[in-house]
Amino acid sequence: MTVVDQVKPGMPWLPTKKEKSQKFVSFLLALIASVVLLFVTGLNGKLGWVFAFFISYVSISFITEYRKAGKPAAQDSLLTSISRFAIFLAIIPIVSIVATVISKGWRGLHWGLFTQDMSQATVNSPITEGGMLAAISGTLIMVGLALIFTLPISILTALYLTEINGKFAGIIRFLVQAMSGVPSIVAGLFILSSIVYPITQSYSGLMGALALSILMIPTVARTAEEVLLLIPSDLREAGLALGATQWRTVAMVVVPAVKSGLVTAIILGVARVVGETAPIILVTGGGDATNLNPVSGPMGSIPFYVWKSFLLGGTEESSQRTWAGLLILLIWVLLLFMAARFISSRTRKG
Amino acid sequence: MTDKIPRVSNTITPVPRELVTQPRKSDQLFRVIVTSGGLSSLIILGLILSFLTFRGLEVLRLEGLGLLTSSDWSVVEDETGNVVEQNYGLAAMLVGTIMSATIAVFVGVPIAVLTALFLEFYAGRKIRSILISLIDLMAAFPSILFGLWGFLVMMPSVEYWAKLLNKYLGWIPIFDVPAPVFTRSPFIAGMVLAIMIIPICTSISREVFSQTPLDRIQAAYALGATKLAMIRAVVIPFGRGGVVGGAMLGLGRAMGETVAVYSVLNIVYQVNWQMLFGAGGNIASLILLKIGEADREETNALMAAGLVLFILTLIVNFIANFLVNRLGKTGR
Amino acid sequence: MSTHDEVPQENSQPQSGDKMKTTTTPHSLADVASARAVKAPGTQPLGSGLEARGVHAWFGKKHALKDVTLDFAAGTVTALIGPSGCGKSTFLRTLNRMHEFIPTAALAGEVLLGGKDIYASGTDVTKIRLRVGMVFQKPNPFPSMTIGQNVLSGIKLAQLKVSNTDDLLEECLTRAGLWEEAKDRLNEHASALSGGQQQRLCIARSLAVRPEVLLMDEPCSALDPGSTFRIEQTISELSQTMTIVIVTHNMQQAARVSDYSAFMLSDGGPGELIEVAPTNELFSRPRDKRTEDYVTGRFG
Repeated sequence: MTVVDQVKPGMPWLPTKKEKSQKFVSFLLALIASVVLLFVTGLNGKLGWVFAFFISYVSISFITEYRKAGKPAAQDSLLTSISRFAIFLAIIPIVSIVATVISKGWRGLHWGLFTQDMSQATVNSPITEGGMLAAISGTLIMVGLALIFTLPISILTALYLTEINGKFAGIIRFLVQAMSGVPSIVAGLFILSSIVYPITQSYSGLMGALALSILMIPTVARTAEEVLLLIPSDLREAGLALGATQWRTVAMVVVPAVKSGLVTAIILGVARVVGETAPIILVTGGGDATNLNPVSGPMGSIPFYVWKSFLLGGTEESSQRTWAGLLILLIWVLLLFMAARFISSRTRKG
Repeated sequence: MTDKIPRVSNTITPVPRELVTQPRKSDQLFRVIVTSGGLSSLIILGLILSFLTFRGLEVLRLEGLGLLTSSDWSVVEDETGNVVEQNYGLAAMLVGTIMSATIAVFVGVPIAVLTALFLEFYAGRKIRSILISLIDLMAAFPSILFGLWGFLVMMPSVEYWAKLLNKYLGWIPIFDVPAPVFTRSPFIAGMVLAIMIIPICTSISREVFSQTPLDRIQAAYALGATKLAMIRAVVIPFGRGGVVGGAMLGLGRAMGETVAVYSVLNIVYQVNWQMLFGAGGNIASLILLKIGEADREETNALMAAGLVLFILTLIVNFIANFLVNRLGKTGR
Repeated sequence: MSTHDEVPQENSQPQSGDKMKTTTTPHSLADVASARAVKAPGTQPLGSGLEARGVHAWFGKKHALKDVTLDFAAGTVTALIGPSGCGKSTFLRTLNRMHEFIPTAALAGEVLLGGKDIYASGTDVTKIRLRVGMVFQKPNPFPSMTIGQNVLSGIKLAQLKVSNTDDLLEECLTRAGLWEEAKDRLNEHASALSGGQQQRLCIARSLAVRPEVLLMDEPCSALDPGSTFRIEQTISELSQTMTIVIVTHNMQQAARVSDYSAFMLSDGGPGELIEVAPTNELFSRPRDKRTEDYVTGRFG
């Protein structure tokens, strides 16, 4: 009996050493073939390499599998290679973007970035003059204001869809979807035509906040609905069975249960709008001087800072400013993203 | 005297009682507040439509259908600054919008679907969660980042490939160019947009694939199918609707992009079907370009342009919604 | 389960609603079993037998199956019986290499098909599954295909060349007992069929690729008695040209259809093979006490 008890679990279906070395040989053959291909066709550049290697690898895999196991296996290997290539193509841009932003932007970073604004410097001034104070404060204020408009509407919408679920539910769900497809420039045009032109006649941060909230509402509402749906109906029924009214049940039982989910929804909404450029250009303009008053005058913002540096520039300094701005933006988005992940993983464990 | 045995009348079926719940006043108020909050999206969308139409009405009446068919957008002034002639035609921009968005979908959706297949059926557990996080992160990148990166990094490579395409396939009309200007073409804009929509389409496709019923997958394997055969027989028929819906969502997103396209596409008022040639434009970039210095008339025209774009994206989103919800779930 | 009265039998069947609570003596099950002629192995002209040698199975660290050695002779029907959770389905899945789909699965031992280990390195697993087919507990026809397409789906998936698909279609549906009901509906979608019909469709589908062995994982447990009866008839007919292994909870079913029965048990640990014998022997003269307890309904 002890002999039997000592039998070890194995996985005979995994590739054996022999199969792995065969794969390696195919890989090498593909490399050689791609060199030949490049030589013959005169392609060059990194993309040329990638393309030539892809063609070689796919062909060699195909032929190998065909000889080993016939047509279905060969076709199967096609899908395997092509889908591997696809994920590679999907990941390259991310890597490239992050690398570009870091490599071009880090030189634009300096301590003054957070304490100075651009009122005394131009985009082409030396990099230590001027900073993003106006931009950062502007973005913070506008996003904060946008949240004030977005939160009630989004949460009420989500509550309607989950708690009341009345006859409008289908239409509302569809409309929220439609709203998520509103192009950002149309949101800007709307605020322009409905408030700026007829009423205020001037740019201001508040207008920008309104435009941003149009873009934020669908994201926050949808995420909020998702987390509300996760609450089992038992919880609601428990509240009602105790004799509470529906609104008390919702306010005191349901909503606290999804607190962290709502925070996630807010974070995702903020991440959605923090880089929006077009609506801000349309209704907020952008200032070089720090303007903390949302109702009067143009207000700076990070996207505007980047945009202006890009458009007006042409010098090394302006390029550094542009990419430094993008770096700040990227870091911001990354932090928000990680915060959302962290919160949602904590709720899953807890 | 006689025993009165209670008899159940079995000839009459009982009528269900009508159950009426009269909610408390506070709950009625609650319902009103929540419902109006919920309807706010209807209100907002309605307002957007109304204001844009209102502002754009004059121009719509002036140009009529020519708004969509003419490609001349010009405001001519005489020496005293009076406007002498105005033409507002969106044709060039409309074609540019549709073409760059279509290229984005043609290039981006296959990559997205194949990536989703890889993530769902080929990737090991550890690498899968890392890759999914990366792709979700990319979905959160701001469009201005894509635009400027596209301008700086992608444009030179894509230009090279465009020249290659023109060299070998230039006999096909859309790949031909009237003059060798390959920078800032709809093709480049389309490629940048493709990269922007890959994350969204990948996520949606992957969601759909992950819901494929396991018993059908097992049935296919038990019949001796390879992974490809199983995917073709089970996963694709099941996920078709969702994938196409996701593609249309990507299309809508690509049509409405402003800054990502502005930096890589010239605005030229001429309908350009030849995607490798550096001319064209898209509606959103036109609006961005002109809004700063437009006079009242032109502003109204830009509002009309915004309306056209809005309706276009609404239609696309409507179709996308329909496909994802209806066809996605039945699995046929 | 034993309420239908179409099964030929010599003794009266007890009225038992629940298979486990039977008040019969072991003999009546054995009588049902001996109503079938036990086929002597090796006298049929057909494909290969299957041999499991020292098969162990794990899910991660959990040892699910311990040292199962069992021969399935060509042309016989073997029933795997035992209480739920004893590893019968797990064992079945090791026979056609479906076990490895579970992410943490591990295995030891050999499974020989026609003398060759199916787990040997370099084996083409898709070819194994063409030779060892499987019918699942819940009918799972492909909903996006018509009835005709479903039957031929195995051919299409494996890209096999078939000279006459119409003949093959008719043959498989006939052998599965569905031809009469389906021959005018071949272009309808598979979901138009009832549960029992769908299961017969799945059987027809697995027959199309001409397997040598057919594995059936509780094929009738989700079906009504009428369909169950028809499928049991099908099993008897099919066993003339192939080897069949059927997992079943229902001892009467095992008695009705199988030549050999293998009793498996798990007492909290890994499942083990307790006893295997010709069916009527297992039910009338079980050698192990645990087998006797099970077949007499003392536990289940």
